[in-house]
Amino acid sequence: MTTTHVEVRPGAYADSVTLLRVSRTAQQLDGVVAAQVAMATPLNVDVLTGMGFSVPAGTGANDLVVALHLTGDDALPAAVAGVDRALAEATRPAPDGGAGAVAPPRTTATALDRAPGSVVLVSVPGPHATVEAMDALDAGSDVMIFSDNVPVEQEVALKQAAAQRSLLVMGPDCGTAVLDGLGLGFANVVEPGPVGLVAASGTGCQQVMALLDHAGVGVRAALGVGGRDLSAPVDGLATREALRRLDADPAVVLIVLVSKPPAAEVAERIDRLVATLTTPVEYALLGPGRPDLTAATEAALVRLGRPVPDWPVHGTARPASGGHRLRGLFVGGTLATESAQIAGEDAARAGHTFVDFGDDEWTRGRAHPMIDPTVRLEHLAAVLADPETAVVLLDLVLGHGAEPDPASVLAPAIAGSRVPVVVSVVGTGADPQDLAAQIDALVAAGAEVHLSHAGATRRALALLPADTTTGAAR
Amino acid sequence: MTNPSLVSTGTDLLADAAADQAVPVTRVDWHPPMGGTAADLATVATDPLRRAANERALAAMLDVTATLVDVAPASEVLGLAPGEFLHAGPPITWERASGPLRGALMGGAALEGLVTDPEDAAALFASGSSVSLEPCHHRGAVGPMAGVVTPGMWMFVIEDPATGRRAHCSLNEGLGKVLRYGAYGPEVIRRLRWMGDVLGPLLRGAVRARRDAGEPVDVTGVLTQMLQMGDEAHNRNRAGTLMLLRDLGPDLVATAAAAGVPSTDVAEALRFVGGNDHFFLNLAMPACKLALDAARDVDGSTMVVAMARNGTDFGIQVSGTGDEWFTGPAQLADGLFLGDYGPADANPDIGDSAITETAGIGGFAMATAPAIVRFVGGTVPDALATTRRMREITLGESRRWTVPILEFAGVPSGIDVTRVCRTGILPQINTGMAGRVAGVGQVGAGLVTPPAEIFAKALTRLAERTVLRRGAAA
Repeated sequence: MTTTHVEVRPGAYADSVTLLRVSRTAQQLDGVVAAQVAMATPLNVDVLTGMGFSVPAGTGANDLVVALHLTGDDALPAAVAGVDRALAEATRPAPDGGAGAVAPPRTTATALDRAPGSVVLVSVPGPHATVEAMDALDAGSDVMIFSDNVPVEQEVALKQAAAQRSLLVMGPDCGTAVLDGLGLGFANVVEPGPVGLVAASGTGCQQVMALLDHAGVGVRAALGVGGRDLSAPVDGLATREALRRLDADPAVVLIVLVSKPPAAEVAERIDRLVATLTTPVEYALLGPGRPDLTAATEAALVRLGRPVPDWPVHGTARPASGGHRLRGLFVGGTLATESAQIAGEDAARAGHTFVDFGDDEWTRGRAHPMIDPTVRLEHLAAVLADPETAVVLLDLVLGHGAEPDPASVLAPAIAGSRVPVVVSVVGTGADPQDLAAQIDALVAAGAEVHLSHAGATRRALALLPADTTTGAAR
Repeated sequence: MTNPSLVSTGTDLLADAAADQAVPVTRVDWHPPMGGTAADLATVATDPLRRAANERALAAMLDVTATLVDVAPASEVLGLAPGEFLHAGPPITWERASGPLRGALMGGAALEGLVTDPEDAAALFASGSSVSLEPCHHRGAVGPMAGVVTPGMWMFVIEDPATGRRAHCSLNEGLGKVLRYGAYGPEVIRRLRWMGDVLGPLLRGAVRARRDAGEPVDVTGVLTQMLQMGDEAHNRNRAGTLMLLRDLGPDLVATAAAAGVPSTDVAEALRFVGGNDHFFLNLAMPACKLALDAARDVDGSTMVVAMARNGTDFGIQVSGTGDEWFTGPAQLADGLFLGDYGPADANPDIGDSAITETAGIGGFAMATAPAIVRFVGGTVPDALATTRRMREITLGESRRWTVPILEFAGVPSGIDVTRVCRTGILPQINTGMAGRVAGVGQVGAGLVTPPAEIFAKALTRLAERTVLRRGAAA
């Protein structure tokens, strides 16, 4: 006889990654069938409801919810004690209180007093990110804002302050950067080399880095600027600073700018700046009628005078066996956009879908899906069971910051299905997750694995039954 | 490029990813800010005036030096007229005045001869005719505890030699049954009359002699030394008091002899000052006010320039918001009680003496005064941790006032409203406790903090001013 326990702890707080770890620990406790420990944001309340928990009315985003399905009432005390233990262990220990003990810094400003000259990485919830980022600029440090949900007017104010001080604000919503060989956020392990990347897209940047790495070309620096940087309000402020810096670096032979197409007036300003640089700039701008990221990478290789390799494919997807819809479920926003674009305008009409689980609406109060796969896994199970589904297209992104073994949760979900599954893996041989092992696990589960995301998309489209393929698919 | 180091504010996972790349990582122990302050914090953080304004306000405060230039009745130096009463803290009416403030006003009325029996003064203040109440802070003065100043009371006059600006404070009466703690018995009035008739004129002679010789008592310098001698200059002023006696003693004896003052009076004055370990507090307080007044009215500055309590309300003033008081209920101190007194006997926090903490001494310099940590109910590690913790909410450190045991670090200086709201760390104040009932006097001493909401209120006003200024500029 299973029982359910839902407990609201008002005013308790822990960040979403900590709570993910606590939830995972709780799931493994004796007598626990399912567990979710999360802040009660609207998204998390949906997740809890989907798991069969009812969250009391009036519970809000500042309240912590401990929700447990148990094998019986007997299991409750030990399970709650286990959750409490996991919460206590997940939050860092307090200083020992001895006379010499120095408590950890409480603000970015204090941290920079203690470690002057550091680069700053801000990943607090969006409404709180600007204040911390401003501390960095006040101390003369560059800052990467990993947080999303930062209001655009705050982004503009930050980047204007940075421009006055010749500092770089990467982000907000910046997933990837490589500075002085240090990968920040989600970053693939690549060799130093002649390319400098400026990217308004995290996974777009990672795709280009991974393909360059496969082609034997290293990356000097990757400066993420955030998805809105080239919009009219932000006016490319960070992109311009990033271009100037890479141009000034003699080790950079070619700059690649990865972005959605800029607003027209911003594009003009960027073009004018590019014309003054001594380093050539290759554009990789995603948009209708423009080359995809693989094609843009190939163009960069040609400009560097390097051979363009064949992008590897592992395994073979199952043949389609019914259904009419392509279901693209992505952790990479740019990868979702690229797939939708390759599929063409007819794809939406045909009912194909391309969902980005890293989008703000899926991450309010939850960790990014490259850290917390829960939400995408739920949807994957649903589309695999849906008779309408003809083909599933997924991405799997490796590198520092990402899940330690993402294939281990995707592969079992894929394995039992009749549906053909195509996966693009964005990663390098030096990434901590072991690229080859990730590919092997997916192939063993019946998936077809591509290194080129554009290639994976075209293959998924080709697997659709003839009557549902779109004009753009070839 | 250089070897990078990282400050990570937010999720540990991203800090771990950097640490895995063998980069030094400083982790910020981030917590959400005080409820409802996130938007105002972002507005104020991105105010283009803020950084320079705070630098200016802090520098203005730290540049001030204080010398003792005169001792004179309040009627002379403050222009206080008969029936005008000054009191500690933000403005208050007789109706809302606490017991100790009422007691001190009643004693003050008797001292001024407005009534014969202090008990009769209650009706006089209730009627409001021919008497008025005004904060000390509004008249260039500070008052310890009830802070009542009447025209006939003698005041220390402190001057900034660079600008000629002045601040004032009454002479310290000692401990126990004293006016500032709300006692008004015959012995209290008798002592005050002696201070006006004998002590005040004697001190004036000595102070003027030193001033006229071009060697006025360097109050800032004495503070520098006493902080190295185990005084934090709020609840412990023993070293400061003895240094003042050393400085004034010879001139006191010489000027008294020249004026024909009996040597018994001189002996009594020296015994009174030497026997009152808090005597120097009434010089430390106006020296702090003098410094903080220099930091007032800097548009855009988020620095606190006064913290003061009237026994009912705790109020702060902020550099960037003019003379507005932001108030909330005064709290009960936590500490030790004299004799049979207990928490039920204590009045909520009272006095302008928190001006010392506002300037970075007192509770902020707790680490330098291990001898008193037990008196205020703490331990030595608490004292070190307190001073370090206060650095989290201040804009900088003093150059002059240093703490030997913390490697001569300057005391934390310039309380920043935004840092208080961000960290939830409240200024730590060392304080005496007055009896709740008028006439009782001191009942204990301990530690107290301001009510948190007054910092959020000040922040809201700072944000409003920022938005208005932006609107005017647009």
